[in-house]
Amino acid sequence: MSEENIIEVKNLVKKFGNFTANDNLNFSVRKSEIFGFLGANGAGKTTAIKILCGLLLPTSGEVNVAGFDAFKQRNMIKKNIGYMSQGFSLYEDLTVKENIEFYAGIYGVKRSVIKTRLNELVEKLHIHELKDEFVKDLPLGWKQKIAFSVAIFHKPQVVFLDEPTSGVDPITRRQFWDLIYEAVDDGITAFITTHYMDEAEYCDRISIMVDGKIDAMGTPTELKRLYNAQNMDDVFVKLARKQEII
Amino acid sequence: MIPIIFIMPFVQTLILVYAATLELKNTNITIVDLDHSVISQTLCSKFEASPFFNVNFESGYDDDTEYLLLTEKTKAVLIIPENFENDLKSGIKTQLQLNINAIDGQGAGLISIYVNQTILSQLSNVKPFANKTNLQVMPAKINANSRFWYNETLNFKHFMLPGILTILVSMIGIFLTSLNLVREKEMGTIEQINVTPIKKWQFIAGKLIPFWIIGLLVLGIGIGIGIVLFDLPFRGSLLTMFVFTCLYLITSIALGLLISDFASTQQQAMFTIFFFFLIFVLMGGIFTSVESMPEWAQNINKINPMYYFMKIIRSVLLKGATVFDLINEFFALLGYGILALVVAVWQYRKVN
Amino acid sequence: MNRFLAFLTKEFLHIFRDVRTMMILFLIPVFQILIFGYVIKNEVRDAKVGVLDFSGDVMTAQIVSKLDAANDIEIVDYYKNYSEIESAFKANKIKAAIVFEPNFAATFVKEREANLQIILDASDPNLANLLNSYISAISANYANEQKASQAVINVSIEPRMLYNENLVSAYMFVPGTMALILMVITALMSSISIVREKEIGTMEILLVSPLKPIQIILGKLAPYAILSIVNAISIIIIGNFVFGVPILGSPIVLLILSFIFILMALSLGLLISNIAKTQQVAMFISMFGLLLPTMLLSGFIFPIENMPVALQYFSYIVPAKYFLIALKSVMLKGLGFAFIWKELLVLLGMTSLFIGISVKKFKIRLD
Repeated sequence: MSEENIIEVKNLVKKFGNFTANDNLNFSVRKSEIFGFLGANGAGKTTAIKILCGLLLPTSGEVNVAGFDAFKQRNMIKKNIGYMSQGFSLYEDLTVKENIEFYAGIYGVKRSVIKTRLNELVEKLHIHELKDEFVKDLPLGWKQKIAFSVAIFHKPQVVFLDEPTSGVDPITRRQFWDLIYEAVDDGITAFITTHYMDEAEYCDRISIMVDGKIDAMGTPTELKRLYNAQNMDDVFVKLARKQEII
Repeated sequence: MIPIIFIMPFVQTLILVYAATLELKNTNITIVDLDHSVISQTLCSKFEASPFFNVNFESGYDDDTEYLLLTEKTKAVLIIPENFENDLKSGIKTQLQLNINAIDGQGAGLISIYVNQTILSQLSNVKPFANKTNLQVMPAKINANSRFWYNETLNFKHFMLPGILTILVSMIGIFLTSLNLVREKEMGTIEQINVTPIKKWQFIAGKLIPFWIIGLLVLGIGIGIGIVLFDLPFRGSLLTMFVFTCLYLITSIALGLLISDFASTQQQAMFTIFFFFLIFVLMGGIFTSVESMPEWAQNINKINPMYYFMKIIRSVLLKGATVFDLINEFFALLGYGILALVVAVWQYRKVN
Repeated sequence: MNRFLAFLTKEFLHIFRDVRTMMILFLIPVFQILIFGYVIKNEVRDAKVGVLDFSGDVMTAQIVSKLDAANDIEIVDYYKNYSEIESAFKANKIKAAIVFEPNFAATFVKEREANLQIILDASDPNLANLLNSYISAISANYANEQKASQAVINVSIEPRMLYNENLVSAYMFVPGTMALILMVITALMSSISIVREKEIGTMEILLVSPLKPIQIILGKLAPYAILSIVNAISIIIIGNFVFGVPILGSPIVLLILSFIFILMALSLGLLISNIAKTQQVAMFISMFGLLLPTMLLSGFIFPIENMPVALQYFSYIVPAKYFLIALKSVMLKGLGFAFIWKELLVLLGMTSLFIGISVKKFKIRLD
């Protein structure tokens, strides 16, 4: 595995019975890049993410995340990644502070460290009043920001973001991307899935999955040139059409 | 939803009627006959013939017999002492010992009564040895003839069925209504309704009337099952039953609405209902007689809607009571229903 | 360990935040015990009885006043004919009526025998039976007194109420309430709380975290185990201090027994949370699959031996049945392990079965 590759996937196959969810995937993600993982619903994205997060065992292939093997060192992988789901899954009946303390706690962050980082976070996001509010009383945009802060609170090497912007307005989405850029500047790698094609353009590199295979991979500019498209939306449509013709 | 509504009455009436029985039947009893006389033998066979008891015999009362009680192999041990027949005929005071496992106090009381009745009815035929006093004075007695009205065979199922139907109807009214409304709240569809031009009362009526009809249907089905499978009598008029059920359903649906006003999640509604339901059921005379409760408890029952309906449904079905016989209950339920509905609707408008 | 502590803290926060559920959980056992203890009585008190006296002589008046003086009976009204009795029954004004034949006293003196009739409202059969035996006993006594010299037969039946001399109903319901509450808190609450995590999507995040699945499960279950132990102990204490329900057996055996039952209930909660996808499903499974059988088919209120054979067989798979048998043996009869090992084994067997199924289902989901 090369020095700067934080995720390395070779010939990954995952089968559920007769159904092949991931058919021979090959890709790698470099350190401190934003990697967009795109694909229609049912294309096999979720399965791949679950394998990368150590939730599922691959059927065959080589998978390496943050320097650990996805077959044998799943618990080490878990310790070194962060994860944010599309539901911004926070506990509604706990306060912002309690949510942060809980998630940091289960990642084994020391109490004193939690305290200092919490203060930093409060300063950065200007949530002096908000931190003692119950999550259920927060607007969606804030839930999203806090869910992200929680996912990177223990300073993981990679953070997996599963459709982190669904249901949020464009301005809030923009602000959210600023948070991602900031995290990447701190050396965190972001692995992100999204439905918004304009967001795909914010990524350093993207891959597009169709029917369990990776159909296209590269920087947004490369892909647009390759498919002779105006924007990523076009790329996506053209890929889908190609599929139909076959 | 539909299967729940129509399968529930079947399952509940069938299982509950069979499970919820406080009737004495096939109770294991051990007899220790130390007398071995004609009378003691007839007593034993009398017990063997009784449908209430399963008899087994032990030759003496010792630790082993005690062990039978301890391990619940037998519920009671009856000991017939030596010289029983002799003493009896000579007019000497004699005593039968009856040891009962009394952890279930009510059951123990019943066992004691049945054993008493069995023995006394047999011994009343015993002729004492002739002696002076007996020749002079003929024995005097009062014959008490018992008539068990409304349930000649003392069929416990006829007692339980109305109770179970009461629970059933109340479940529809309180449980289904409030869970349905709270679900609407949880899913946010109530917001959707609030923006439509439909009036509040129209919405509430639209929500409640289906449950009202379902409740009537379910009670109908339940009574039908009772009549067909358990021989449940229906001595009153259909109209009386209908009028009272309509009234009671209004009360219980209003209570369901009231609970939904105060609960924000189905779980909360569920626990609140569970709490009140338990109190209503236990105090309402469904399993145990209200008559044996202390005065204050009977007073508390005045705010227990199930208490009224319980009385009503038993009286109408088993005794053939009319609205005039139950005029107090009629007005109580009417007042209760109106009050509950007004408060619930008022609270509902305030909350939403 | 610190990770696990963080998890536990969160679980307790959830529980204490939900004040309403919390209150009800602690109020239910208290109310249940109080109602059973103070309201539900085994004896008849002041049952209302009416009189139809076709004779109206000294003797009938004496019998009536004797009845009225008895604790169990209260004479409330006099009637002129049978139809008045009937309407009194229909309006629920009386539970029984006594009818004296014409010329009662005269017949008694002349024939040494007179007839009275006891009419009972048998829509409540057990009450009718009790009243019948009270009233007949009182009238028979009266007849004997009239003849003072000697009774025909001189026999008495001496009942000895073992394990519960005063027929206190608390002896039945304190163990029963314990079984019910342990079941509600442990199985129902824990399954709901696990399913809730699935529903709101946090379970996914927990699984991605370095917490091991076993830690997650233990963290979810432990708080409810603690709560139910607190609840169980308070029920025993209230039962003991307020209603005098004894603890004859060893408290250690009692604790071990309760602990095994709680373990069983937890494994059941785990199984339910594995099957149910939504909280509502979990609630319905718990209500109809756990609470009703625990109340009806465990011997809590209704004796199992009176039920039809099919239900008796069904009761063998109701865990609370075994708990109640063992609990009553230890608390009320003072028995030890020698008498309850079978019940303990059954409970442990059920526990391992439930855990086995849960683990298997969990594994299938992971692959």
